[in-house]
Amino acid sequence: MIYRLVRFVDTRTGQAPLVKKLLRYVFPDHWSFLLGEIALYCFVVLVGTGVYLTFFFDASTHSVIYHGTYAPLQGQEMSQAYRSGLDLSFQTKAGLLMRQTHHWAADVFLVAITLHLLRVFFTGAFRKPREITYYAGVLMLVLALLEGFAGYSLVDDLLSGMGLVIAYSVVMSLPVFGANLALLIWHGPFPGTDAFQSRLYIAHVLLLPVAIGVLLLIHLLTIVFTHHSQFPGPRARESNVVGTPAWPGYAFRSFGLAFAVAAVLFLLGGLVQINPIWEWGPYHTAQSTNGAQPDWYLGWLIGALRLMPGWEPAAGDYTLIPNAFWGGALFPTIVFLFLFAWPSIERRFTGDHAYHHLLNRPRDVPWRTGVGVGLFVWVGMIFFAGSSDRLFVEMNIDYESQIYVYRALVFVVPLVAGWIAKRWCEELLRYEAHPLRPGGGRVRRTPSGGFEPADE
Amino acid sequence: MRGAPRLLPKWAAPRWAEIAVLWALLLAGAAAAGFIAVYALGADTQWLGLLLGLVFAFLAVAAIVTGKALVPQEQKEQERESLDHEREDLDIAVYVQEVGEGITRKRLLKRAAGAAGLTVVGALLVPLASCGPFLEAEQLRRMAWRSGRRLVDEYGKPLRAEDLAVGSMTPAYAEGVDRERLDASLIVVRLEADDVRLPEQRAGWAPSGILAYSKICTHAGCAVSMLRYPLYSPKVPRPALVCPCHYSTFDPATGGEVLFGPAGRPLPQLPIEVDGNGELRAAGRMSGPVGPSWWGVRQG
Repeated sequence: MIYRLVRFVDTRTGQAPLVKKLLRYVFPDHWSFLLGEIALYCFVVLVGTGVYLTFFFDASTHSVIYHGTYAPLQGQEMSQAYRSGLDLSFQTKAGLLMRQTHHWAADVFLVAITLHLLRVFFTGAFRKPREITYYAGVLMLVLALLEGFAGYSLVDDLLSGMGLVIAYSVVMSLPVFGANLALLIWHGPFPGTDAFQSRLYIAHVLLLPVAIGVLLLIHLLTIVFTHHSQFPGPRARESNVVGTPAWPGYAFRSFGLAFAVAAVLFLLGGLVQINPIWEWGPYHTAQSTNGAQPDWYLGWLIGALRLMPGWEPAAGDYTLIPNAFWGGALFPTIVFLFLFAWPSIERRFTGDHAYHHLLNRPRDVPWRTGVGVGLFVWVGMIFFAGSSDRLFVEMNIDYESQIYVYRALVFVVPLVAGWIAKRWCEELLRYEAHPLRPGGGRVRRTPSGGFEPADE
Repeated sequence: MRGAPRLLPKWAAPRWAEIAVLWALLLAGAAAAGFIAVYALGADTQWLGLLLGLVFAFLAVAAIVTGKALVPQEQKEQERESLDHEREDLDIAVYVQEVGEGITRKRLLKRAAGAAGLTVVGALLVPLASCGPFLEAEQLRRMAWRSGRRLVDEYGKPLRAEDLAVGSMTPAYAEGVDRERLDASLIVVRLEADDVRLPEQRAGWAPSGILAYSKICTHAGCAVSMLRYPLYSPKVPRPALVCPCHYSTFDPATGGEVLFGPAGRPLPQLPIEVDGNGELRAAGRMSGPVGPSWWGVRQG
C-alpha cells in the first residue's frame, strides 16, 4: 500500500531521492534546539486560532451602541470593532477560548523567539554559513513585534487606543517627515478614519503573517541546506552531523512537541484569563487609565519612553526631534541594528571567515558573551523600568525616585554584568584547563611521584 | 516490498511503551469526545480549554513515547556535504556577464533601464499618496476652540464655574465638535486663586483660579487624566497634572510647564471666561498646538 503510493508519486514527480534524503535528515539532540521549534508551533496555533477569529471579528470603527449580554457596558457608545470583540467573547461558543488562546500564543511565541535568539547568540550559531538563517530570524522577530502590536490594537478597547496613540506619537516624532507619514498612515490626524482600521486589519491578518511565513520558509530552507549545527561531542566534528534521523525517531518527537505546545496554549487560553477587553471599556481619545501595561514584548519600549528625560532639541522656538523619538524609535533601531550587524562585527574583530558547524559554549568566547550579556541586560533593565508605574500603583514606591535610580542603573548594571560575565567565562575556562579538574584532560604520574598533563 | 533489504536496526518495542501509547490515544479520544459534548451543552470556556488542552497533552504523550521508545532508536552520523562550489560560482558569473558582450551601447542601455525602472517604480508607488493627506500638516494645528465656545461635560451639559470645587479636576469638551478630535478635549482644574502664577501675558486666563488645559499629553498623545493635589503632605510641593502613560507631569499653576517626565513642551492652555450665566466659555485660542509634537512644532 505505502509502496504503491510512493511509486505513484515518484513516477509522476521523480522526487524519491529527495524524500529519501529528507527522511534520513539528521537532527542533533539538545534541549536548546527546541526553542525555535516551540516558536514555530506557536505560529501554527496563531494561524489556526487567528483564522477562526476572523470569521467573527468586524474591523470597523463605525460607532454603535452596545446592547449585548455584558451588562456593565449596556448602552455605551463604542466602535463596531470593539463590539464584535465583545460578542465573539461572550456570545460565540468557543470564541473566548480561541481569542484567549490566540493572545497567549502570541505572548509565548515572542518568549520562544527571544530565548531562541539568546541561544543562537551565545552559542555562536549565527556564524558562517548560517548568517542568512540568522538575518531571517531577527527580521521575523521585528515583524512578530509589529504583528502582536497590530493584533491587540485592532480590538479598539481602551488599552488598544492608548497603545495606538503612542505609536502615532512615535511616528509623528520621526525627524523631518514624521508628521507627513503619520497623516498618511492614519488617513488624517489621530484617531484617523475607518480606513486606518482597514489597514491595520489587513496588515495583521495578511501582510505581516505572510511576510513572517515567507521568512520562516527561508529560515527553515537555509537550515536544511546547511544542516543543523551541533555541540562538540565524542563523535561530533566540524565535518559531520550526529543525531537522530527525521524518520522515524525525530518526527514523532517533534509532533509530540507540537502537541505539547498546543496543549499548554489551549490550557492557558481556557483556564487563565488574558486581556479581558470588557474590563477596559471602549477607547475614546480623551480617556486613559493608570497602571496600564502593554503585552510583555513591548515592555522594553514603554520603559525607554518612561526613562527618557524631557529633552527635545530645538531650533529657536521650533522643536526638531520630539521626545518620543528617543525611546520609541531610536532605541529599538539601535538594538536591532546591533543584532543585524553582529555577525559582521564579530567577523571583523576576529578575522574569522571559516565555516563553523560546531557551536560554542557561552564560556568559550568570553568577550562575545560579555558583550551579549551587556546588551541583553541593558534591554532587560529598560524593560524592567517599564513596570515602574505598577510598582508605584501597587506598592506605593515613589515613581519619580524610581525613574532617577533607573536612569543611572540602566547604564551601570549592563556594564557591570557584561564585565562579570566575561570574567566568569574566563574563570570557567581556566578552571577547565587545569589538568586535575574534571574535563581537564588526562594526567600522568611522573617517576618522582608528581603529576603532569598527558598530551594525547 | 517483499525481499527488500532491511534499512532500520531491528527493534523490539518495549511492552510498557505500547500500553502507554494505547492509553494516551484512548484518553485523547475521550477528551475530544468530552470537548464535543461540552461544546454542544453550552460551551463553558474553562471546560473547553481544559478538555482541548488534555486532547493535545495526551497526543503529545503518545507521540513522544512513540518517538522515544516504540520506533527503532538510532544515532546517525552523517558527513557534511561541501557548501562551496567554486567552479559553478565562476560559471554562473560568466554566464551572467557574457550575455551582454554583443551589445555595443551597454552603458547607455544600462542607464536607460535604470531611469525607466526608477520612474516605473515611482509611478506604481504614487497611488499610495491617496492613503492620507500627508502634505496637509496644518491639519495638525487645527483648533476646535474659538472665543465664546462653551465648555461642556461628557453629556453635553455646559460646565458652570460654581460646580467646580477647589482641588477638583473635570474633563470638558468643545461644544458642537467631534469629541474624538484631539483638539476638542480639555482638563479643567480649579486651584486657590492665590496659587495661580501664570505668566503676565496670560493674565485673566484663569477666572477664580479655574484653569483649562488640553487633555492630550504633548509627549505621546495619551489623555492627561490624573491630578495630584496634595492637601497636607510636605513632600510634594505643588499640584500637578499627570499623564498615566509615561508620567509626564505638568504644572497647572504656571501655565502647564513640564515638572517631570519625558514631555518636551508644556501642556497647551485655553484662556477661559465665566459668562453671565456662570458658564465657562473659551476666551481665545489655545496657547499652542495640541497633541504629540512633530518636527517644526512651536515649543511655547
